[in-house]
Amino acid sequence: MGIFILRRLGVMLLTALCLTFIVFWLTNLYPNLEKLAKTQGNFRMSDEAVTSYLENRGYLQPTPAKFGQWLGVVPGWITEAESGKVTGRCFTSDTPVDDRPRFCGILQGDWGFSTVFKEDVGPTVLTRLALTGKLMLCVLLLMVPSALIVGVLAGMREGSRLDRSLSTFSIATTATPEYVSGVIFIAVLASSRFGLSPWLADMGWIDGKTLFLGSATSAMEDATFWNFFLPVLTISLYGMGYIARMTRASMTEVMTAQYIRTARLKGVKFSDIVLKHALRNALIAPFTVIMLQIPWLLNGVVIVETLFNYKGFGWLLVQAASNNDIELLLAVSVVSVIVVLVTQLISDIGYVFLNPRIRIT
Amino acid sequence: METLTWTGSMGWLNPVLGLAVGVMVVAYALQILMSLIPDAQIRTVGSGGVTAASQGVSGLLGRLGGYGFLAAIGILLVYLLAGVIIGPAAGIFGGLAQQLLPVWIALVVLFALSFTFKRRLGLYGKLFDSTVGMIGFGLVMFWVFAGVFGGVFDMLITHDSLSQVSGMKNKLPGTPLARAEPEDYQWFLLGGDNLARDVFSRLIKGSWVVVQIAPMATLFAFMVGITLGLPAGYYGGKLDVFLSFLANLILAFPVILLFYLLVTPEIVLTGIPNYMALVLFIFPLVFLAVLLNSRFYTQPSLRTPLLIVVLGIAGWLYLSLVSTDGAIVDAPTYRLPGLPAFMDLFDIDPGVLVVFVSVVFVNAPTVFRIVRGLALDIKTRDYVAAAQTRGEGPWYIMLWEILPNARGPLIVDFCLRIGYTTILLGTLGFFGLGLESESPDWGTTINAGRRLLALYPHAAIAPAVALLSLVLGLNLLADGLREESLRD
Repeated sequence: MGIFILRRLGVMLLTALCLTFIVFWLTNLYPNLEKLAKTQGNFRMSDEAVTSYLENRGYLQPTPAKFGQWLGVVPGWITEAESGKVTGRCFTSDTPVDDRPRFCGILQGDWGFSTVFKEDVGPTVLTRLALTGKLMLCVLLLMVPSALIVGVLAGMREGSRLDRSLSTFSIATTATPEYVSGVIFIAVLASSRFGLSPWLADMGWIDGKTLFLGSATSAMEDATFWNFFLPVLTISLYGMGYIARMTRASMTEVMTAQYIRTARLKGVKFSDIVLKHALRNALIAPFTVIMLQIPWLLNGVVIVETLFNYKGFGWLLVQAASNNDIELLLAVSVVSVIVVLVTQLISDIGYVFLNPRIRIT
Repeated sequence: METLTWTGSMGWLNPVLGLAVGVMVVAYALQILMSLIPDAQIRTVGSGGVTAASQGVSGLLGRLGGYGFLAAIGILLVYLLAGVIIGPAAGIFGGLAQQLLPVWIALVVLFALSFTFKRRLGLYGKLFDSTVGMIGFGLVMFWVFAGVFGGVFDMLITHDSLSQVSGMKNKLPGTPLARAEPEDYQWFLLGGDNLARDVFSRLIKGSWVVVQIAPMATLFAFMVGITLGLPAGYYGGKLDVFLSFLANLILAFPVILLFYLLVTPEIVLTGIPNYMALVLFIFPLVFLAVLLNSRFYTQPSLRTPLLIVVLGIAGWLYLSLVSTDGAIVDAPTYRLPGLPAFMDLFDIDPGVLVVFVSVVFVNAPTVFRIVRGLALDIKTRDYVAAAQTRGEGPWYIMLWEILPNARGPLIVDFCLRIGYTTILLGTLGFFGLGLESESPDWGTTINAGRRLLALYPHAAIAPAVALLSLVLGLNLLADGLREESLRD
């Protein structure tokens, strides 16, 4: 088991390295750098001005060298201007000569500087990540139990009316991407002129103008049911259908097993059969699915945070990517790649632990 | 002209429809609730020893719900027929039904033909044994026909999808056209968007974009996935490790980040998407060449002319696909010459090409993993061992023994994946990537409409519901196919 985990960790590291290199290469292509120079400097820069701007900031070195500097295994660039002013990757011209470090990359804990937010990348990513963590936690708390309940109820009696209605519901949710369900929810539940809200307000059943708030910006400080439920519901619904269908498949398989028949013939109550005999074995497969679903939630998070204007990690990704903020984008991709790989690892290990039939030597 | 209501002169049917739906919902809900309460099931023994469970209250409720369902369907058909005959007098629904008349005719013809010959049509015919599959197929074909008639022949649309009509900005569904000429269509059936364009016409035009790109992109992704997945699964070893690592690498990328990195104007300038197109689109050629060669290499007199003709046509299509204006890559600093313009069969808009390439790129690794898994499973079968003993080559075994036996899961996944590709296309449009901003495709329209969502939701709701119904149709179709292919 130890060797298995070590080997997986090694592959993970290699994958993360390759992926960040690809991101690095794509963001450092010349047209992207030119755009960066023009947005940071001014839009009417001549080609020579762009080149000297990029040259002075170390952008025109070969990509592997830049990547090494970003990682912190190659000494950072140092430029000496004609006026004798020395600037470098790791220091400004004001830093005393003795305090100037040679290396500054992510290995030294320096994630760089965001050109969009004019802040250090590390703290920016951390604050946004905390906000998204809140969102994800709520999503998981809503999605996992409801998906499992739907799946177990549907798989309990295969082919019954309950099974068919719940299966249709699951298929419908997997066919509804976040940008569709979000739009429909806002129009029906959070519009002061359409849908349910004006009707409920007329009846005097709700206090404000709308049943839910269509923007989650205020939920960043103070999340309430009123302003936070719609984004959470939107993400949960899309992921839910898939988990529910997996749970249903696993449940129907277990319900036809020999030991369930034995229990029925012994005269065990149906509720006891479901809860005590079937449930535990039926939940092995959904566990893997839930873990593998988390990277997909990341996509949903990006869409929903854009739609509901919740300034978390997904919103940060969109900002970084649309403005070609290289170092911020790299940090964002490192984090998301790690999320993907760690969940894969956990799902593999968890599967081995939960399923006694699989042994890894 | 007056503003149209949703059902117009057929409004008297609305309470009846409400009643039918209400009966259905209440009856089914009660039946489900009752099924949770355990009851001693009484079985009656009929003549000949047949046992039948007594229907009881639950059966009664089920029958009631069934009647409600049939009544609701019947009333909807009445709306539809009335709409086809009297048009906008039957409200917005009537107007829509009349505009979509060619689609209805095509659907009826298709279903009638398929029903008549369903025993002779293999898996496709079996689809018509499953209700779910038929509903899904109907939804999908509705949008396919709408796309073809509206997008290619300009038949269904009421107004030009790009022209702006003054005075129609953000107007609600059913608003009569301001200052209409007599030959114009008199209403905006689904309202106007925030640039005063007709939402309905854009919806139909947008369906053509989706119906064109999604299946083609999925097909290319399957070609790539199959051509790489079969050897990875069959040979195993170092090749498998390497290809699987590459696939996992792409899969570990968050899709949206990948889109943002690939589908920006700056990246298009560097020509990277063109190189990717060059590599990804060669796979169908490789696939065809290996497929035919492995089968016919023992008969060179047949094989050689066949390969020359097939690869000639495919190669021409390939070169037309990757080259635009006589160049494959046209970056500011250099130029890679391609097929000269006079031989170029069709030009693909660079924006569409980028979208196409990135969607194929994202889908191919998943297909690769599925095909690899299936190949790993099937290569242990007896018929593969028999072929090996006969001395067949590895590619013959992969493409003519393993692949046909893996077709069931692959067809099902193909349907699901078209739906997923549609969702991805919508995602690209939602973030304003790739296609130009006035493109009528559904994702872009949703993106344009979401800014005014709380005030004028109709401009975003219409494409959202359309996308939902198409993807739902594909999922139901896949479900029906899976059920029917498991049955044999």
